[in-house]
Amino acid sequence: MSAAIRVPARTGEPAPSARRSGSARASRRGRYGVHIFLSAVSLAFLAPLLLAVYASLRPYEETAEHGYFSFPKKLSFDYYREAYTASDMGKYFANTLIIAVPAVLVTLFLAAFVAFAVARVDIRGGLALLVFFTAGNLLPPQTLVTPLYVLFLNVDLPWWMSDSMSLYDSYWALILVNIGFQVGFCVFVLANFMRTLPKEILEAAIVDGAGVWTRFWRITLPLCRPAIAALATLEFTWIYNDFLWALIFISSPDKLPITSSLNNLRGQFLTDYNLLAAGSVLVALPTILVFLLLQRHFVAGLTLGSNKG
Amino acid sequence: MPQRTARRAGGRGTRRFTRRDVVVLGVLLGIPVLLDVVIVWGPALASVGLSFTSWDGIGDIHWAGGDNYEHLVEDYPAFWPAVRHNLLWVAFLGLAATPFGLFLAVLIDRGVRFSRFYQSVLYLPVVLSLAIVGFMAQLLLGTDQGVVNTILDNRNDPVDWLGDSDINLWMMMLAASWRHTGYVMILYLAGLKAVDPALKEAAAIDGANERQTFFRVTFPTLRPVNVIVGVITVIEALRAFDIVYAVNKGRNGLELLSVLITDNIVGEAGRIGFGSAIAVVLLGVSLVFVVTFLVQELRGARGK
Repeated sequence: MSAAIRVPARTGEPAPSARRSGSARASRRGRYGVHIFLSAVSLAFLAPLLLAVYASLRPYEETAEHGYFSFPKKLSFDYYREAYTASDMGKYFANTLIIAVPAVLVTLFLAAFVAFAVARVDIRGGLALLVFFTAGNLLPPQTLVTPLYVLFLNVDLPWWMSDSMSLYDSYWALILVNIGFQVGFCVFVLANFMRTLPKEILEAAIVDGAGVWTRFWRITLPLCRPAIAALATLEFTWIYNDFLWALIFISSPDKLPITSSLNNLRGQFLTDYNLLAAGSVLVALPTILVFLLLQRHFVAGLTLGSNKG
Repeated sequence: MPQRTARRAGGRGTRRFTRRDVVVLGVLLGIPVLLDVVIVWGPALASVGLSFTSWDGIGDIHWAGGDNYEHLVEDYPAFWPAVRHNLLWVAFLGLAATPFGLFLAVLIDRGVRFSRFYQSVLYLPVVLSLAIVGFMAQLLLGTDQGVVNTILDNRNDPVDWLGDSDINLWMMMLAASWRHTGYVMILYLAGLKAVDPALKEAAAIDGANERQTFFRVTFPTLRPVNVIVGVITVIEALRAFDIVYAVNKGRNGLELLSVLITDNIVGEAGRIGFGSAIAVVLLGVSLVFVVTFLVQELRGARGK
């Protein structure tokens, strides 16, 4: 597979892959069509992002006069520096990490165990548990907001945990809400994934006298690594991108996560959209990097199933 | 049942848990269950309770019976449009974006070159926040500097893509689909990779053409993925909020149930009882889909 990728990308000719050599010649013409179609769709999908990058490199006066779809006279990274400093992005980014990293780790751990118990341990009420968690994740967040707000206001925390002395306006609130809300989805996905794993390994482990914890931690979890890696990227981006919870449970501006920092770039009367574009690109960058870096995990997870049959 | 125990009596020991097993199960199931009750189910039930009261969030709570619901259905002008928009959103994602994602997955799965590249590009929008997607929609579709209007060259009479209440909802659904399609594609790609190639070969030997192979052989084996994709499609559609909120706070043709709830609860209106009533309606609509899917899911689980 890696050999196929190393073939110089510039040659336009489709190399007949050994696996499908039988049908390669017949479908060669069709393949060009597929490439043209996929390239067109890819370009359409990339266009808005490229446009935002393009707009962020050009001064406002220029695009205001000629529109965004015009040739550039001047390109610079000035807006990026301005967006980063004007909105104090570094601090907000740190806030997001403080919330997202523990939330993702705890969510995946708890969800993996619940999924294991539901899918691979004969416990009474396993299906009911699955329904309980899955359905919980499907409720629209807006239906939960008010009671949670009142609850968090009334839970006191010592000062070393939260300088607001309550769960409200603390990172704990966001971490808890994100875990409670996301566990359901991860349980659903992981339970489905675990059902595809061969039962025989676990049965052998039971014969060898392995307890529930060993069967979970030493046997099932390592096999779930691809699914967990995929879920981790997904959950990280979701929690990173969330702004509803922070909007409601955080009142101190300096505790807000990064998605809210973009609002600092909106002017009171006039918004410089090119500056906002630079800010958007900066905010989007970490999630794009996480995706591109973990993509290998992701693809490994996707192809794992094919080796099984 | 006797058959089952007979078959598995060999050493499975289904109910024989050691004390340590019971503690592990109790703690590690207890924590997430407790969290889910406190964070999700408790508040959901509390919302149902509050929907029968008139509460402004500060003073005493008064019982109001079904007044909120009556008011909602009869004289709250934004309600029925919001319901219609939400259902349209479900239909659009389900009938356009999801099938398109499946189509792309099938194309890429046929083993074209550069498939990794296509895959990455098409998935990329999924990692963007809806708030940013909403902002990009403004860059593309704005009236004064927007790209689409510049290309159409109608400076004198620009189309107000986001302001005209006849088209702005469609633009928002397109923007939401931009993210949704890639997500669906990656899920189906995973499912397609797991399909046993021997099945396809057998179908080919039996003389099935590519389309028949897909619809009669491949697609039915994708059932678990179909369930997940179905759930995600509906959740995304019913939760749609950020993108509309980023564009114009969900007014003028972009009313959605989620926006109405937020307006009543979070805003200065302080009509928590009334907002909760809308929340219960959204809850009800969601539950119809959720229950349908769960029944499907349970049938599948029982089969294994």
